[in-house]
Amino acid sequence: MKRATQVTALAAVAALALAACGAAPEDDETTGGGDDTAGGNSDFSACMVSDAGGFDDQSFNQAGFEGLEQAKTELGITATEVESSADTDYAPNIDNLVQQGCNLVIGVGFLLEDPIQAAAEANPDTNFALIDSSFSDADFNPVEIDNAKPILFNTAEAAFLAGYLAAGMSETGTVATFGGIQIPSVAIFMDGFVDGVAKYNEDNGTEVKTLGWDKEAQTGSFTGDFENQANGQNLAQGFIDQGADIIMPVAGPVGLGAAAAAQSGGAKIIWVDSDGFLTTEYGDIIITSVMKQIGPAVFDTVSESVDGNFTNEPYVGTLENEGVGLAPFHDFEDQVPAELQDMLAQYQEQIIAGDLVVESTNTP
Amino acid sequence: MTQQAMPDDAAAVPPTPAPPSDTTKTRPPAGASILREMLESSWLVSLLAIVAALVLGGVLIAAADPEVQEAATYFFARPSDFFQAVWNAVFGAYSALFQGAVINFQAPDLQRALRPLTETMTVSTPLILAGLGLGIGFRAGLFNIGAQGQIILGGIFAGFIGFTFSLPPGLHLLLAVLGAALGGAIWASIAGVLKARTGAHEVIVTIMLNNIAVYLVAYLLTTPAFQRPGSSNPISPPIPSSATFPLLLGEGFRLHLGFVLALLVAVGVWWLMERSTLGFRFRAVGENPHAARTAGISVAWVTVWVMAIAGALAGLGGAAQVLGTEKVLTAGVAASFGFDAITVALLGRSRPLGTVLAGLLFGALRAGGFAMQARTGTPIDIVLVVQSLIVLFIAAPPLVRAIFRLPTPGGPTRAERHAARRRAKAATTTTTTQEVGA
Repeated sequence: MKRATQVTALAAVAALALAACGAAPEDDETTGGGDDTAGGNSDFSACMVSDAGGFDDQSFNQAGFEGLEQAKTELGITATEVESSADTDYAPNIDNLVQQGCNLVIGVGFLLEDPIQAAAEANPDTNFALIDSSFSDADFNPVEIDNAKPILFNTAEAAFLAGYLAAGMSETGTVATFGGIQIPSVAIFMDGFVDGVAKYNEDNGTEVKTLGWDKEAQTGSFTGDFENQANGQNLAQGFIDQGADIIMPVAGPVGLGAAAAAQSGGAKIIWVDSDGFLTTEYGDIIITSVMKQIGPAVFDTVSESVDGNFTNEPYVGTLENEGVGLAPFHDFEDQVPAELQDMLAQYQEQIIAGDLVVESTNTP
Repeated sequence: MTQQAMPDDAAAVPPTPAPPSDTTKTRPPAGASILREMLESSWLVSLLAIVAALVLGGVLIAAADPEVQEAATYFFARPSDFFQAVWNAVFGAYSALFQGAVINFQAPDLQRALRPLTETMTVSTPLILAGLGLGIGFRAGLFNIGAQGQIILGGIFAGFIGFTFSLPPGLHLLLAVLGAALGGAIWASIAGVLKARTGAHEVIVTIMLNNIAVYLVAYLLTTPAFQRPGSSNPISPPIPSSATFPLLLGEGFRLHLGFVLALLVAVGVWWLMERSTLGFRFRAVGENPHAARTAGISVAWVTVWVMAIAGALAGLGGAAQVLGTEKVLTAGVAASFGFDAITVALLGRSRPLGTVLAGLLFGALRAGGFAMQARTGTPIDIVLVVQSLIVLFIAAPPLVRAIFRLPTPGGPTRAERHAARRRAKAATTTTTTQEVGA
């Protein structure tokens, strides 16, 4: 036993020593190597505060983080990202970033609304942006702040197309959706999905049912968090047992549980936020994804600020500006009937032209 | 998004379940004796535990630093780079921690320079309040893990009274604060009554109540009564100024009257435990419940009271958060204060002064952690690791003594050990001589 420990320790030391045998870099290489990446905007500092989910949440914090990293490499700015571990961390994190001279501070998520608003009012020389929420005054009326930009997404538009597609692709005549937590940025997906199914029924005289969300009453199925995949699996299994063959989980990583249930139950998935064909291992059952382009929106906001064109005008991602949209069908390219694809293209144009408005009480 | 930090701190000190009482007629339950050992370890051990935790934290900071990792690949070619990188990483991180927690040397004006210290005091407020409550429990032999849930309940009560009613300033604040204490007390009393009535172990019950509280606040925030008009986000309306703790130093600082309240409560707890009959009964039960029962003290009654007071203090911690620091109720308003407060109480050895100092230390680690992350990119998790290491070392005084080569308390001193060895040697020699002689 003791001998084994000694041998292991010796091996570990040897490995460490070998790993440490590399050649030292030339001196000129070590100094100021970071500036060659691009542009030379390194005096512009863009900073981001996550919500309590952290930047590795496979969801909107991560998408925002990737947008900022992209800005760092392509624009050559200085980027600082700080994670919050609890709701109480937001205000101190934002304050520290402002104090260390960030030109633009981006908050991720509606929970940062109050701290971002307070910081924006107290620091008029710093610009702010807030993902997934706008600002309101003491009487809960919407309010504009000169140096703070809300970044919002009208995902109902893309979810409408997903609902239409789901209704057209369903063989059982039953589709389903569920959410993680009932918040506007989740419910808006479900509103659009329900409307899309209804539109398909209207066009084709069918009676495709949607489980999991009642748009009128704004009530439906939620797993209760964005973490517990087992809940997503159980809920999806329940839908499959009721005959649903296409499910849209709006619950970040919880959707992976739904995908597992769908895989064993012969159902299909419509993913949300990112292109699930690329980001999950369930590409073979994902018909399409309702994409919410947080990363590009962050990149654009940073890019405008670097050029001195920051405005407080809200950015609203729509089908028109490609801030939201349907992902490619990938493996299902051949299975989606041509006429259904034509109808989707037609409705997409109508929505962009403003002829068809997808209404939702959760629209930003 | 709304996940609660799990009680890492609590997991580091698993309490041994008390064996059946018939086998323990002569000695207190094992859980209580672990508690006692932790509480009786010396100040020096506490201090050294902090030092050891900071040193280990420094090792982790260096290991996680990309520049150190790069320099390590050519350690033998140019070791100076490696040591330089280690120094930069560790010194940079700890100096940012200090400047974020005490005084900021790079601040443009005096207000900003002093702000970090006030931030430390602000963050420490709920830790001190909850820690004081837990300390009372520890000294009465109750391992209350439920401060997290009690803070949340306090926050719910304080918040609801704050944003629902419209009352004159002062009265409104007073009612909200009392409501918070009541909410925490009720929540903790559930565990107290269950323990007193059925013997259900308080560790299990309070942990369960923590989870229930987390889901309770998440549920309440989905109901319109707890949401902002026209919004279904799970965030309460802001607390009106009539129910918020007044700011102590004006707009530029977050420090509020809650901190003064925490200090006053600390004095109150000292009086309760050291000067009052009630406190004497609490301590008597903590020292030896069987002797206390024999002396005519109702152990069940003390259990319920201790839990209720501990819960009320933790509830005040919730009030400090909702009515003072955050001015809004969200699912995460309690952060992990309830679990950190366990460490604070243990580090402060359950004495009021110690708890205040330990609370300030943890407040400083947290407040400084934000600056450390923002300035040097050191993950704030390092702060959690340092906190957890402190618990680990506090929970294992022999480990700390071994690291710093301190004598065991109650054991032989070095001179005595020396003498003992000499005697033993002499005895052996004598025996040998006798054998030879025979």
